[in-house]
Amino acid sequence: MKDYSGLMVFAEQREGRAHPVSYELLGKGREMADKLGVELSSVLLGNQMEEEARELIYYGADKVFLYDNPVFEDFDLLNYKHNITRLVEEVKPEVFLFGATHLGRSLAPRIAVALGTGLTADCTGLDMSEDGGLIQIRPAFSGNILAHIRTKTRPQVATVRYKVMPSMLRDEHRKGEIIKKDVEIVPSLLTILKKEKLGEKSITEAELIVSGGRGLKKAEDFSLLADLAELLGGAVGSSRPPVDDGWISREHQVGFSGNTVKPKVYIACGISGSPQHLAGMRGADVIVSINSDPSAPIFKMADYGIVGDLYEVIPKLIDRIKGESS
Amino acid sequence: MLRIIVPIKQVPDMSQVKFDTEEGRVDRSSAAAEINPFDLNALEAAVQIKEKLGGIITTISMGPRQAESALRDALSRGADDTVLLTDRAFAGADTLATSYTLASAIRKLGEFDLIICGEKTVDGDTGQVGPQIAEHLGIPHVAYVSKLEEVGEKLVVVCEMEGERYLIESDFPVLIAVTKDINTPRLPSLRGKLNARKAEIKTWGAEELSSIAEKGRFGTQGSPTRVHRITIPAEEGRKGRIFRDTSDEAIEEITNALYRYKG
Ligand SMILES: Cc1cc2nc3c(=O)[nH]c(=O)nc-3n(C[C@H](O)[C@H](O)[C@H](O)COP(=O)(O)OP(=O)(O)OC[C@H]3O[C@@H](n4cnc5c(N)ncnc54)[C@H](O)[C@@H]3O)c2cc1C
Ligand SMILES: Cc1cc2nc3c(=O)[nH]c(=O)nc-3n(C[C@H](O)[C@H](O)[C@H](O)COP(=O)(O)OP(=O)(O)OC[C@H]3O[C@@H](n4cnc5c(N)ncnc54)[C@H](O)[C@@H]3O)c2cc1C
Repeated sequence: MKDYSGLMVFAEQREGRAHPVSYELLGKGREMADKLGVELSSVLLGNQMEEEARELIYYGADKVFLYDNPVFEDFDLLNYKHNITRLVEEVKPEVFLFGATHLGRSLAPRIAVALGTGLTADCTGLDMSEDGGLIQIRPAFSGNILAHIRTKTRPQVATVRYKVMPSMLRDEHRKGEIIKKDVEIVPSLLTILKKEKLGEKSITEAELIVSGGRGLKKAEDFSLLADLAELLGGAVGSSRPPVDDGWISREHQVGFSGNTVKPKVYIACGISGSPQHLAGMRGADVIVSINSDPSAPIFKMADYGIVGDLYEVIPKLIDRIKGESS
Repeated sequence: MLRIIVPIKQVPDMSQVKFDTEEGRVDRSSAAAEINPFDLNALEAAVQIKEKLGGIITTISMGPRQAESALRDALSRGADDTVLLTDRAFAGADTLATSYTLASAIRKLGEFDLIICGEKTVDGDTGQVGPQIAEHLGIPHVAYVSKLEEVGEKLVVVCEMEGERYLIESDFPVLIAVTKDINTPRLPSLRGKLNARKAEIKTWGAEELSSIAEKGRFGTQGSPTRVHRITIPAEEGRKGRIFRDTSDEAIEEITNALYRYKG
């Protein structure tokens, strides 16, 4: 264990751009590295990524290990795993962090096994204890509890949820080193036949979300929410039941088994506020609830609420807002 | 004919389970045990392949003796064979030890073509065991599979990752972890239930795996991570401005708030 030191962050890229969770992890990593007086490095795999590597330095990395090769343009599971595992064996960081994205949660488990080390899933909190051990805090039991987890092997590997750690401000004056690494290619075994973007912007990026739940009477009524969302420049979300009923696609689901969102404003319409739903939206700056049942738990989480029928309240809001803008 | 393995975990029914906020305890005895809901989708996917192409489905579960009932349930839903991995030595396993134990048992079962896991469980909730089994076995995997496009000479699946949809092709053997979108699991058939009741459940312990596995990698001993504390967050709550009616004043104030905060 003594040979291990420093922190490393996996920088995930899609289409040549780093995923913002990478900057968040660098922010948290910087804070912990400074506390311990150790180095913060990052590993980036992609095709012609030098500019993006520099961005990682602007966001806090002391060193960026860059694997530049066309094979890394898209996610190539086994080549990613092979090269990252080799790097970790060489650099020996004490802590290695991944974003808990689909890609991160698919890749990190394989690397942890290849390294024979422990992996903590989907953390929402990280803390350094005095002995240099990482305290990893994560929701489990469908979001009902928080488990505090420690790892006795090194590196201590964790996937960390997007939008829970703040990133630092980008600073072009920050200095760091980009180290180009030799790439070893192994058989991919998986072939990407086709890749397509799913139409709309992901709701995890929206600043305002209007969500509907079982209080809606039929699938078509999501258009009412869409009208309000459009007027306010936001996106449409959903609790799970409408998704399960096929009323709206799963990309719109907010909650434990859907998306975690952190918009400026979250408007919950006909949603009761189950722990699994709250797990996905409790980080919103302002929560507005529209529900006909005054005892619905969502009101305890709301900054603003109206006890009433959503079919009456939403049209009134729409009229009022239209009145404002005309 | 495909040889398909479906690892399933027995979990408490989340709609019943009670949490002790003060003690930070999960009271598992408060809830009935059932097959992890995501694993029902994995099993259903296997059964649909079998119906189309023929095959043998082996379900495998690591857990206490009681997990036998989950395996019987799986038989009644279309599985052909089962293995229960149960032993004191397996207890306290994290995902590294769990996946190692499951992978060892899969090796012992012999050749296979396809392993289908659930996306994650509703209790441990890590989603790590599937990819980890694949790594132990040295086979590729695809996670977050929402559709089987083609099962033939090769496997072609749809996988969704953050707003992108991939069509991915693989040779066999391969492991996939499936999401809830892939299908709607069927209910157990009456005949299935009757057969399941009589079926013999193969049970293996550490001893049965000793020729292919190292004992030190099972259970607590083989687990580098440890849950050292559980807290149950009391809902922090917000002091909301709640209107009991839909008066113009309420609409006015909420509209103003929307404009103020949406930025
Ligand atoms: C493992 C697991 C994972 C889960 N994951 C998720 C998840 O990711 N996301 C999620 O949302 N849920 C999830 N759930 C489901 C969750 O437990 C709840 O069942 C679900 O959130 C309830 O959705 P709801 O609030 O829309 O419906 P309900 O709880 O039925 O609430 C409907 C609300 O609408 C109100 N209402 C009815 N009519 C009107 C009207 N005309 N005007 C205004 N209000 C009205 C009612 O008063 C009620 O409060 C999960 C559950 C489990 C077990
Ligand atoms: C509160 C809590 C937090 C935990 N956090 C972590 C953690 O961060 N890291 C860690 O390494 N361990 C953790 N564990 C331990 C972990 O839950 C166990 O190792 C468990 O046996 C498997 O993990 P899982 O439930 O997360 O399964 P997942 O990885 O979510 O399961 C994915 C799929 O693998 C298969 N599968 C999983 N378990 C079994 C099984 N026992 N038998 C057959 N098939 C199975 C199923 O197909 C399932 O759908 C935690 C446990 C608790 C109670």
